[in-house]
Amino acid sequence: MKKKGPLYALFLSLLFILPGCSSLSVLNPKGPAARTLSDTIILSILVMAGVLAVVYILYIFVLVKYRAKKSNEGYIPEHEEGNKVLEAIWIIIPIIIVAFLSVVTVKSTHAVENVATEYKDQDPLVIYASSSNWKWHFSYPEEGIETVNYVNIPVHRAVEFRLYSFGTITSFWVPQLAGQKYAMSDMITELNLSADTVGSYIGKNSNFSGKGFAHMEFETLVMTDKDYQDWVKEVKETAPALTEEEFKGLLAAEVLGRKTYSSTHLTFSPPPGDHNEHMSGNGSEMDMENGGMEHEDNKEIHPSPEPSSQTEFDSVPNPEVNEPLPSSPVEETTN
Amino acid sequence: MDLDKFKVHGEPLIYGAMVSIALATIGILVGLTYFKKWGYLWREWLTTVDHKKIGVMYILAALLMLFRGGVDAIMMRLQTAAPEMKFLDAQHYNEVFTTHGLIMILFMAMPFIIGLMNVIIPLQIGARDVAFPRLNAVSFWLFFMGAMLLNISFVIGGSPDAGWSAYFPLASLEFSPTVGNNYYSLALQISGIGTLITGVNFIVTILKMRAPGMTLMKMPMFTWSVLITNVIIVFAFPVLTVALALMMFDRLFGSQFFTMANGGMDMLWANLFWVWGHPEVYIVILPAFGIYSEIIATFSKKNLYGYTSMVFSMVIISLLSFLVWAHHFYTMGQGVMVNSFFSITTMAIAVPTGVKIFNWLFTLRKGRITFTTPMLYTLAFIPIFTIGGVTGVMLAMASADYQYHNTMFLVAHFHYVLIPGAVFAVIAGFHYWFPKVFGFRLNERLGKHAFWWIIISFNVTFFPLFFLGLMGMTRRMYTYSEESGFGPLNMLSFVGAVGLAIGFVILVYNIYWSTRYMPRDTTSDPWDGRTLEWATPSPIPAYNFAVVPNVKTRDAFWAAKQDNVPLFEDKITKIHLPNNTGKPFILGVIFFFLGFFLVFSMWIPAIVAGVGVIIMLAAMSFDRDHGFYVPAEEVIATEKKLRGETV
Repeated sequence: MKKKGPLYALFLSLLFILPGCSSLSVLNPKGPAARTLSDTIILSILVMAGVLAVVYILYIFVLVKYRAKKSNEGYIPEHEEGNKVLEAIWIIIPIIIVAFLSVVTVKSTHAVENVATEYKDQDPLVIYASSSNWKWHFSYPEEGIETVNYVNIPVHRAVEFRLYSFGTITSFWVPQLAGQKYAMSDMITELNLSADTVGSYIGKNSNFSGKGFAHMEFETLVMTDKDYQDWVKEVKETAPALTEEEFKGLLAAEVLGRKTYSSTHLTFSPPPGDHNEHMSGNGSEMDMENGGMEHEDNKEIHPSPEPSSQTEFDSVPNPEVNEPLPSSPVEETTN
Repeated sequence: MDLDKFKVHGEPLIYGAMVSIALATIGILVGLTYFKKWGYLWREWLTTVDHKKIGVMYILAALLMLFRGGVDAIMMRLQTAAPEMKFLDAQHYNEVFTTHGLIMILFMAMPFIIGLMNVIIPLQIGARDVAFPRLNAVSFWLFFMGAMLLNISFVIGGSPDAGWSAYFPLASLEFSPTVGNNYYSLALQISGIGTLITGVNFIVTILKMRAPGMTLMKMPMFTWSVLITNVIIVFAFPVLTVALALMMFDRLFGSQFFTMANGGMDMLWANLFWVWGHPEVYIVILPAFGIYSEIIATFSKKNLYGYTSMVFSMVIISLLSFLVWAHHFYTMGQGVMVNSFFSITTMAIAVPTGVKIFNWLFTLRKGRITFTTPMLYTLAFIPIFTIGGVTGVMLAMASADYQYHNTMFLVAHFHYVLIPGAVFAVIAGFHYWFPKVFGFRLNERLGKHAFWWIIISFNVTFFPLFFLGLMGMTRRMYTYSEESGFGPLNMLSFVGAVGLAIGFVILVYNIYWSTRYMPRDTTSDPWDGRTLEWATPSPIPAYNFAVVPNVKTRDAFWAAKQDNVPLFEDKITKIHLPNNTGKPFILGVIFFFLGFFLVFSMWIPAIVAGVGVIIMLAAMSFDRDHGFYVPAEEVIATEKKLRGETV
């Protein structure tokens, strides 16, 4: 007896995949990071389809051949202990498959966690993306502008998003440009992204964050370099400045439309993971272990206000990134 | 006192639920009084320490919860069936998916499995009861009261709404100010303690109470799977206990373990939750593997192929299950090294799981396969679970997971693993062991109808979700726009969900129909079974085995039937049994009130209930009840009667 359900499902899946996956945004990448991921996914689908095929063929064969029927009535199957060689085969082959996929995983993870090779020589454009309630704030420290619920980026340019949250954990995701990354309140995570094609791509928060979660989408508009420069210029000339008062209002709002400002909140509300805040707190060891954070390099772009009480460590002028940092509060005081 | 806290904001659905809960309660109370069943209920069920009856109560509760969680599922699928649906609002939807997850995992799958293991394990190892029968009753009542506490949240005060994983800071007082997550921490805590006790109880039972001659490597596969599962329970549940306690301190007493202020760490919750939560998945899957092994062997009339590698694969899976928790947050920015480590350990689980699949296929090979209802579920499990397994490997690849994480692809994957891996297994086990417990089979024709509805609808419901995930639909969205293009596949999925509901209704109708009309078995071995549970008469006498069996081989009962190996060699003597006790039930009720008062921060009643708990625990530890003996003559008479001989 055949199980029609899964076979039908498999057939359906081929129907969907073969025509070119235009509606499957994950498999329709528009940038190097998303392309790496899409290739990885398709490769894994092919390997796994092979595994499925082996299991299904054996399954159908066994069920057809050894089902109870009139001709084998009274047949009592003999005792069968197992077979060392056969069992070794179905241990070793899966190990080989897993080893192969492990290599693919490590390579592709490494690739997407860094700037894509074709844009390696560029200085990435830094954009801070922070979430509050059910909206996204995008701060461009280099240009000194800020947007809400939409982000414009130049095409063929390495972009480094630095993610954090003013509340719950959210996940920043533009499926056609890069895989997602969490934004959390107590540290900065980094996401490298670049686009090869001009166009508008949907971005969203993919981590459940409460009532307004379903509406937490933003547009990512990829534009030519010239259009981008023009847009920045226009924003600087026409948009109002973002005051602390105004920003507090934005944070308090639940869901908002688009907004544009000619200054950023980073000046008066520094992001977490910033040197001053973190080294004086007691969370310092944690952040040191986290590979995704670089406290030092964003300091130059937007220096945050001096803390009211300086620790001994803070008075050390601009420590190098590679300089050994105190790993515990005890060590810190004995320095 | 602030009565507003108890109210749930007005919605016809919730008022409907309140009315139906009230009517059902009144109906049960009136019915019990009218038929004068209070005494029967108290003597035979509420105070019982018999592992079979406790198991039956676990299974009944699990079936109830299956329908509660199933109604949640239908509501979710209906709300997302078309763009911009107005059936549920965001808050209500959030509560529904949170409780759906909690109930299906913790109050349906796990208790169903614990119920089956309560009924079957002592029988399979040739024992007269579990090691600690009264503690077993405590386990059940704590689980049951925890489940009830979570269930009333829907109508009193509001259900948890931060997802079943309750990530902080979302689940903190600041972002979830209703009492919902108080219910979460307390209901899970109370039933979790019950589960932990079960874990200890069954490890001791299996290690210490096996029939003479049954070495570890002669144990039936279901017993093996349950032993390993309970070891996982004993290692994993204390982590949940601690995490929930810290959560309770955060929410009730203003501590800051998981909040952002004052050095709290939201990631600490994620880590603690998944250090428990990932092994939890294997707590429901491994016994399923055991059930399938028994059924495949029985209905292909063969011994299990590669017994030793089956055992070792389960041991390896259980070890690996503790080494993979961080794959639930690859996207937390933990760097290439950490992600790679967890990718490899996660993918490694596919190897022992594959071993099991191939061993089952080779058990079928050269067998004589009969397609009974339990066997159909088992056979359907293999191809469907394999889809779940291979998509699991795809998800395990950290880089690719950056695209699947939190999407419907993930939802599809875990339903493809958990439904064939746990739900089909408990249904199969239910059909398989039903005649052992009740003395008659379930109707095969109705069983097969339900089967086909469930199998086909399952695929219609969940296969589209893989594509929705790749289209970029995230999970837990209560609504989406027309332009997103998510509409048609969601509608298809809703149609499947309705089909699944029909299948489950047929299944329950089958229980009703069979109870009324199926002929009673007299054979006690309707499937031509292989393991010791089929050696007792059906229904099973309180003492299980009149004479403790002597085991010489694996599949001891099969060997006894085929090769005339004697199983019962000793003479019938008097049998020691424990007395019934009402204390576990009373303890459970007090725990329920303690939880309820704590949820609403009603301190004085909570302290009173807390003292009550301590008094009950003290009363139980100083209990000097040594049980009673069933005289040999009575045993002989019962055996004759049950085996159809006239006295």
